[in-house]
Amino acid sequence: MAELTELDAVELRDRLASGELSSVELTRAYLDRIAAEDGAVGAYLHVEGRAALQRAGEIDTARLAGEELGPLAGLPVALKDVFVTEGVPTTSGSKILEGWRPPYDATVAGRLKDAGTVLLGKTNMDEFAMGSSTENSAYRVTRNPWDLARIPGGSSGGSSAAVAGGLAPWALGTDTGGSIRQPAAVTGLVGHKPTYGSVSRYGLIAFSSSLDQAGPMARTVLDAAVLHEAIGGHDPRDSTSIDAPLPPLAECARRGATGDLKGLRVGVVRELGGEGHTDGYEEGVLARVAEAVQLMEGMGAEVREVSCPSFDLALPAYYLIAPSEASSNLARFEGMRFGIRVADDGAHDLDEVMALTREQGFGPEVKRRIILGTYALSAGYYDAYYGQAQKVRTLITRDFTSAFEDVDVLVSPVTPTVAFPLGTRVDDPLAMYAADLCTLPASLAGLPAISVPCGLSEGLPVGLQIMAPALADDRCYSLAAAVEAALDSARGSRFLDQLTTAGGAA
Amino acid sequence: MTTHTGDRLVEFAEVLTRYEPVIGLETHVELGTASKMFCGCATTFGAEPNTQTCPVCLGLPGSLPVANAAAVEHTIRIGLALGCRIASWSRFARKNYFYPDIPKGFQTSQYDEPLCTAGHLDVEVDGETYRVEIERVHLEEDTGKNLHVGGATGRIHGADHSLVDFNRAGIPLVEIVTRPIPGAGAKAPEVARAYVTELREIVQALGASDVRMEQGSLRCDVNTSLAPIGSLEWGTRTETKNVNSLRSVERSVRYEMRRQAAVLDAGGRVLQETRHFHEDTGSTSPGRSKEEATDYRYFPEPDLVPLAPDAAWVEKLAADLPELPAARRARLMEEWGLSATEMQWLANAGALGLVSDTVAAGATPGDARKWWLGDLARRANETGVELTDLAVTPAQVAELAALVRDGKINDKLARQVLDGVLAGDGGPDEVMTARGLVVMGESDELVAAVEAAIAGAPDVVEKVRGGKVQALGALVGSVMKATRGKADAATVKRMLEERVIG
Repeated sequence: MAELTELDAVELRDRLASGELSSVELTRAYLDRIAAEDGAVGAYLHVEGRAALQRAGEIDTARLAGEELGPLAGLPVALKDVFVTEGVPTTSGSKILEGWRPPYDATVAGRLKDAGTVLLGKTNMDEFAMGSSTENSAYRVTRNPWDLARIPGGSSGGSSAAVAGGLAPWALGTDTGGSIRQPAAVTGLVGHKPTYGSVSRYGLIAFSSSLDQAGPMARTVLDAAVLHEAIGGHDPRDSTSIDAPLPPLAECARRGATGDLKGLRVGVVRELGGEGHTDGYEEGVLARVAEAVQLMEGMGAEVREVSCPSFDLALPAYYLIAPSEASSNLARFEGMRFGIRVADDGAHDLDEVMALTREQGFGPEVKRRIILGTYALSAGYYDAYYGQAQKVRTLITRDFTSAFEDVDVLVSPVTPTVAFPLGTRVDDPLAMYAADLCTLPASLAGLPAISVPCGLSEGLPVGLQIMAPALADDRCYSLAAAVEAALDSARGSRFLDQLTTAGGAA
Repeated sequence: MTTHTGDRLVEFAEVLTRYEPVIGLETHVELGTASKMFCGCATTFGAEPNTQTCPVCLGLPGSLPVANAAAVEHTIRIGLALGCRIASWSRFARKNYFYPDIPKGFQTSQYDEPLCTAGHLDVEVDGETYRVEIERVHLEEDTGKNLHVGGATGRIHGADHSLVDFNRAGIPLVEIVTRPIPGAGAKAPEVARAYVTELREIVQALGASDVRMEQGSLRCDVNTSLAPIGSLEWGTRTETKNVNSLRSVERSVRYEMRRQAAVLDAGGRVLQETRHFHEDTGSTSPGRSKEEATDYRYFPEPDLVPLAPDAAWVEKLAADLPELPAARRARLMEEWGLSATEMQWLANAGALGLVSDTVAAGATPGDARKWWLGDLARRANETGVELTDLAVTPAQVAELAALVRDGKINDKLARQVLDGVLAGDGGPDEVMTARGLVVMGESDELVAAVEAAIAGAPDVVEKVRGGKVQALGALVGSVMKATRGKADAATVKRMLEERVIG
């Protein structure tokens, strides 16, 4: 029998609900495993040890007393450290916030609390979510449970490593240019970036406001859908939140798993690894994605190639828009009201204290992007950089719109390569940025996109990306569930079971 | 002539022989909404520091703004009252700069897509109308307030440490910007004042703000420049900040005109800079230089959705605007029988409401005008306070007028009653009773005083009886004197007539 910490979240939820498993037992199992293995993996920045057990105990007691509980009562969860959590240290992976205990909960953290989840801890990330390997964390290195010498992806690499490594049943990440999908892909998880505006950003420490979106990272498509349902929906505290009901995602994931794709029109994006656009893509990655497409065809989908020429401009546009917004979003970190304050010794004036705090508090990638963004927004350069990038964004959105006139979903690899070895791209920002090549278009257009495992290349996971029109997140889940079910059934096991049988991280 | 600040000044009249002033005003109005611009915090003035704050207005990481719909509505109404075009699509923008009183490291404001543009406001000075063009009316948030502790001046230089109160941070602020106003010549200082006065009246009539300059809910930045007469180009302007009373608006323009004229006369160059206004001396001193202009790196605020006011709703707001001050003044002038000068004086004193409230409380327009423009105006002037700050309410003035009308007191007694009211001794009736200021009726005492007057002046009695009826006045005077003004002159006159003429 599989260990508790290997089970799907939905399975755990059902066992908790039936009373056959207590939350304390489950939470302790995770805490024990974190204690034993996180030293090597490095997924967590903060673990809620005793507090988690206490909360689990309260839920068990309430359940025994017959009280009405939330739908996820007693289930542990891990949150990327970008989410503000009341009384629980929150750093966004940055030294500048060291020691800060927020006085409030992010909307999604509050919703998970209300649903009855137990917070295991806060996961590592690239500082302020800027990166694709989690190597930009100011605190520690996170390793990929499939190969501890490799990156877990980023920026939500702590969450991906935790879930893949059995250190959390599921976790929340955030995705600005691919930060849920890429780490999910390289660690063999399901990760979904919801339609922009469909999950509240309130309490999510902003990197790039017009792109940031929180979403689930889980072991199965169904788990991801269930977690998404728990956090999604309108939030009056976020003006950009869409006031529309969520589609029934878990329901779609279940139905999708039956594998009937008749009538579904699938577009394969030429510019993302197709003919003439294979530079930088690994053969193994392209092969696994092509096989997944064939699989869909076999299940009845109509597949065609689709061209989205503006996608070639996504990378430069993204690296102007995101840093521009970041340069402004990060201005509040000046040491006056929270986090660290440097050189407040009476010998330095206000401007010096602010400058020294930022000098010492921010890491090199954050500084690089603040400088880039400040420059792009400067008088005289605004039109040439920020303005132009916004136009490219419009072109990308138009490419999607016209593609979706002919197809229901678009597919591509999630990232051009499997997990690369730690340290190989840290000093080469452009190589690092290339990891986001396939995920950026959906980010810029605000569209939903999911990463679902579609096989191994050189023993490492490969992710398939499924993109859908705005608010059609259900299409991502149902097609991902079909692919997952077909592959699981051919393999005779769940995707992540390959990691455990291979010996895993331990 | 020089001042203690060291500025050389040219006499005002002389300035105008060589230079033509151009002025411009940026006025900030704190809206009187119950909650802040982007969060639900209260906006009560004078609360304990940092008690009206939350993650949003403190700019805590992760927090997000939500625009206050009532503030948007007020802004559009102000725009409509100023004849502006209301944008069908408007956005907030971030104005990026570092200062401890702006918690987010940027102020959420509006840049190239303001809510209202291209309006105007006509103001009158000495019977002449000046049209002030309004460039834009936009909505933004106020900053926190820095308190510098330990220094002598309350300024940052010399202070031991500084504190920040974020209660004000995030209070909705409407900024009303004029286009440059040329052509006012010697009247430029008064035009500036009249403009702010009129704007204040409008905002007040709209119920959008309490517009209390002393509490900072209406603040002005006054731009002034001078150009040689006949020059085709305008001069370099200075922006005087912290101009927080109507009088100061006028004085700051006057001072800057005199100072800049001296600079130009000496062949110098006026620096483009912000200047501080000093209430005590009426002078300005240099602030931050604008020569190295800050680049605020404005860009559209991605955390807020654009504002797209529905045309039908805007039309309804326009239709529902209250009577505006200019129209109201024209109507009241007629109703109250005031001269244009009196009306302008009342309006400039911000006392129109006092008069109309007094009338509403039952006084005749004549009485209301008499008291407010007469005695009360004189007392306000003598004690150096605003008419609106006198310790007497319109209802009390109406009550006083009623007491006179009913013959219970005369004008002289009424003034004494007013003394008591202003001294805080209670309402007119109370003061009258407490101080025994009641008019003397046809009492034995008065009869005795009348008879004594007749007996004491047989020659006057003779004149009256001989047909010189106006000589009776002398007798009235002596009775009034004998009764120390407590008698009613009309009653005394009647009693004397009965006894002398028969």
